[in-house]
Amino acid sequence: MTETMPLLDVRDLTVEFATRRGVVKAIEHVDISVGKGETLAIVGESGSGKSVTSFAVMRILDRAGRIAQGAIQFTSIDVATASEDEMRDLRGREISMIFQNPRAALNPIRKVGRQIEDVLLEHVQAEPGNVKEKAIEILRKVRIARPEERYHAYPFELSGGMCQRIVIALALACRPQLLIADEPTTGLDVTTQKTVMELIVELTREQGMSTILITHDLGLAATYCSRVVVMEKGRVVETAKSDTIFKAPSHAYTRKLMRATPRPGVTLRDLLPEGEATPVLAPQPVDTTTPFLVVENLVKEYPRQGVTKTMAQFFKREPATDSQAFRAVDGISFSLARGSSLGLVGESGCGKSTTSMMINRLTDTTSGSIMFDGEDIAEIPAKQFAKLPLRRRIQMVFQDPTDSLNPRFTAARAIADPILRLGDLDGKDAVRARCEELARLVGLPLEFLDRFPHQLSGGQKARVGIARAIALNPELVILDEPTAALDVSVQAVVLNLLQDLKAALGMSYLFVSHDLEVVRLLCDHVIVMRNGRIVEEGATSRVLNAPEAEYTRELLSAIPHPPV
Amino acid sequence: MLTMILKRLLLAIPSLIGVVIVTFLLTRALPGDPAAYFAGPAADKAAIEQIRVKLGFDKPLIVQFFDYVGDLARGDLGNSLTTGQPVAAEIRARLPASAELTLLGLIVSVLIAVPLGIMAATRPGSWIDHFCRVLTTAGVSLPVFFTGLILVYVFYYQLGWSPAPLGRIDVFATTPPSVTGFYLIDSIIARDFGMFRASFNQLILPAMTLAIFSLAPIARMTRASMLAVLSSDFVRTARASGLKPSTVIVTYAFRNAMLPVVTTLGMVFSFLLGANVLVEKVFAWPGIGSFAVEALISSDFAPVQGFVLTMAVMYVALNLLIDVFYGIIDPRVRMEG
Amino acid sequence: MRDITVTGVRPVTGLLATLQHTRYVLAENPVTAFAFGLFVLIVVTAIFGPHLVPIDPLQSDTAQALKPPSARHWFGTDQLGRDIFSRVIVATRLDFGIAIASVALVFAMGGLAGVAAGFFGGWTDRIVGRISDTIMAFPLFVLAMGIVAALGNTVTNIVIATAIVNFPLYARVARSEANVRREAGFVQAARLSGNGEFRILLTQILPNIMPIMVVQMSLTMGYAILNAAGLSFIGLGVRPPQAEWGIMVAEGAAFIVSGEWWIALFPGLALMIAVFCFNLLGDGLRDIVDPQRRT
Repeated sequence: MTETMPLLDVRDLTVEFATRRGVVKAIEHVDISVGKGETLAIVGESGSGKSVTSFAVMRILDRAGRIAQGAIQFTSIDVATASEDEMRDLRGREISMIFQNPRAALNPIRKVGRQIEDVLLEHVQAEPGNVKEKAIEILRKVRIARPEERYHAYPFELSGGMCQRIVIALALACRPQLLIADEPTTGLDVTTQKTVMELIVELTREQGMSTILITHDLGLAATYCSRVVVMEKGRVVETAKSDTIFKAPSHAYTRKLMRATPRPGVTLRDLLPEGEATPVLAPQPVDTTTPFLVVENLVKEYPRQGVTKTMAQFFKREPATDSQAFRAVDGISFSLARGSSLGLVGESGCGKSTTSMMINRLTDTTSGSIMFDGEDIAEIPAKQFAKLPLRRRIQMVFQDPTDSLNPRFTAARAIADPILRLGDLDGKDAVRARCEELARLVGLPLEFLDRFPHQLSGGQKARVGIARAIALNPELVILDEPTAALDVSVQAVVLNLLQDLKAALGMSYLFVSHDLEVVRLLCDHVIVMRNGRIVEEGATSRVLNAPEAEYTRELLSAIPHPPV
Repeated sequence: MLTMILKRLLLAIPSLIGVVIVTFLLTRALPGDPAAYFAGPAADKAAIEQIRVKLGFDKPLIVQFFDYVGDLARGDLGNSLTTGQPVAAEIRARLPASAELTLLGLIVSVLIAVPLGIMAATRPGSWIDHFCRVLTTAGVSLPVFFTGLILVYVFYYQLGWSPAPLGRIDVFATTPPSVTGFYLIDSIIARDFGMFRASFNQLILPAMTLAIFSLAPIARMTRASMLAVLSSDFVRTARASGLKPSTVIVTYAFRNAMLPVVTTLGMVFSFLLGANVLVEKVFAWPGIGSFAVEALISSDFAPVQGFVLTMAVMYVALNLLIDVFYGIIDPRVRMEG
Repeated sequence: MRDITVTGVRPVTGLLATLQHTRYVLAENPVTAFAFGLFVLIVVTAIFGPHLVPIDPLQSDTAQALKPPSARHWFGTDQLGRDIFSRVIVATRLDFGIAIASVALVFAMGGLAGVAAGFFGGWTDRIVGRISDTIMAFPLFVLAMGIVAALGNTVTNIVIATAIVNFPLYARVARSEANVRREAGFVQAARLSGNGEFRILLTQILPNIMPIMVVQMSLTMGYAILNAAGLSFIGLGVRPPQAEWGIMVAEGAAFIVSGEWWIALFPGLALMIAVFCFNLLGDGLRDIVDPQRRT
């Protein structure tokens, strides 16, 4: 790899931030080098300092941050000491950057074509006379359909994936030598992620550029990059070729991270660090003969924006067809056996969350039935359901552990809430004892019970949310992306906890997720949804190993699989 | 674009209806007998009864309301008790004085506040940032009538730079031929530069008083929104693309930062139109504010009601203008139409 | 974990914890501490002022009229020979009282209406929104003038008018805060736990909105004082010879052009300091409650 001089050579880099509580070192003694034409990934969980490293290379740290020590050599320029004018010439022309959240990365009130022109003109890549043609040519290059038209579009008129293409166009406009992509696909759907990543790889290869991919996803890193740098708490813990890092990770942290990444051919227990896995519990025997949850022809319609519609009708501008209701869930039917777990997967906007909210009776249905243990609960208005005894039997774990806890309730108070409202325990002591029992069950140390949410870590908050959901021994628990907001190592622990609880308490799960690999590990059955309809359903192993629907195949092939 | 303006116009209609209802209710909510109130303290029983019939207070409330709306449609705001003149004519004659003062105050304050806010935001922690902070906090704390008095004391009594705070123009001077009603503009049209100077000298202190008052919210908002925009993702993208600092600040940051500032202007106008009343009293400015204050003191309600209505209608119109201006800057709002 | 201490939304248990937290917050923000000290001073003056003043604020002495500040009359005397220092001190109670009363009134009206509008939505929301919009269609001070003129020229009506013109500010803040929390995870979780809508409003929504509303109160206190003083400056509400800062400035206004500056200056300064104190305190509280919106 290191034939001659590397394109970028970072040596012993330390970056400090001045905060209200004194100076904090964000990264320490980081060594990274990128060769000409090489693709390098920097992988780490949140707070590992991977983004700070890239900002330091571009020298676009916040005002509070500074390079305290070390050298950043880009070709013949020392970035750490170069003047601001030299840096400006470098940025965008020699080194470019792609950010996460593409929509926010674009000026919301400037035409995207003009934004590309700004960069071209700044770096004298075009004359005012031909700059528009050049901008359109670049738009075409990043596969934007009808580029002449899109030139005049504002970011809010484009989809997330389209915005990311514009950001890529901005970054590649001046044919730089190095591209830094900071979580370029976080927040995008998996199929969009695939097209965006492939576009980046193709364009950079075509132009002989080097790439640094910054990501939390080890799979993504190993799929698209030749070399991987693993960072933990501001330090580089391992640098290796990506085809070896999965086979023979040398550092303990890499091993832990790697093990925790859900992938085909492993069990939930395999995700836990070596030696920490306990034996798998035998599931409680349950009656699986009678149908438990039967959903039939479930529909949810939302009216289109009210005010605009009335206004439009007032002016008689819009044809009446457009004022039809939007169908978020479009007549789906399925059933769930007692003691089993069903995965509901699909990309954003497919209707999976709406479905789960109707089943747990927080949202009213438009039509269709939800037979829960022989009773049609779809007929009970959501507002009344809260006080019925049935409420005890259907509970839920939320996506965002922070958002789902009242900031002014302690963990114990949060867990006790359903017991106080719907439970049959009497007296403070009995409730407290039950809270402690639940805390032990979900592995939350008892001393955390009297803390407030902001004093707990993400994983601990997730445990509180789970303890609250199982406090009343529900029969059906709906899990709405319960690990989406967690780091991968925490996710591994929480997934195992959920599986153990299900076995111990004989619950059924409806698991809503966008992540097929997680569904593979946790669910017996899976339903794939798209545009409010079911595309495919069946046993998880069958659907994921031998998919029948074209869309399922597309989803599966879009998941980055590291070369094993 | 046109759709957007039409839509905003439609949205202003409920506001106007609300304004008319409230001003109507204010009259009818007068304590005791409104007819006695309108007749003034000196009226006897017969005179009160006469007023009652004349103003239609003997009819049902809903009929009164439609009569009231009818009068408004004809531009009839009733007559002033003290002068006997129609209120509408009086307000029309005095409006230019208030408008000239308010607009000049606003222009001065925008010209100072926006650059100040931008400089403070681009150099956080510098002396100009601290200056901006002190100025904005002190600015919103200063009662506007008090600022006016201090300015009069310093610039008229102590330094003698300003003429006596008694109206738009020296009592012995003649007014310029009225075209716009704005003395500054009219005197330029008449090519009378001595007149321009004279009216400018009269205008500058009250306008400065209003400017100091409205400076704070504008500067504060400019600074805050500029800071927010400067730390946004798209400014980071612009920087990472190597754009010049001037391009980043002007093309990328400034226009985005102006959006909340334009929204704040609505609130600033609300404060300015209110402060205008106080400033007019301090400087004996012959505008509609001092007209209303005089009427208030002599319990002459028709002018007060006309004044409140005029101010509200002007304010609704100004907000409409602000909305349209916002639409020009922000494509998201424009396209919504 | 900087947030633990900075956000300060942590509910503290027991009086000791409250005191400790307050002390910590004040030590971190010297400006807020200063404003807090001033606030205490204003409250003390409002309560004990009339008992502390050296000279009867209403006692006139024409022989002593229009005297500049001296050892006997610290702030000088007015056109009737009354002691301005005593009048400024005594007026604190009235001005502060008007502000407190109107803010408390609007907090009850606007706060509750806004929370209900944001949480229940639908018709409640539309009605509260319509009322707010109608009030906002007026320049606020002008509307206050109209209200006092119509309802009658009394101090009570100044309080009512000030509360009414502030209604939209409170209703809007409360509405948006309640609205963002209406579908928040913890509220949904409370529904799953079997809480009724009304109980959710009381136990989940209100406690989380309280800190923001308190900040809003502090920020509008200054405006309430300015509004009331402005009304009495143009001759509404408070009648002479009662001591009130706005009317005292108005009385002094006539003498500014002849150089007797002290009559208007001291009540004006008192007004300014009070408003300044509330604004600083409001900004400080906001920084503590909501560090993101720090400006």
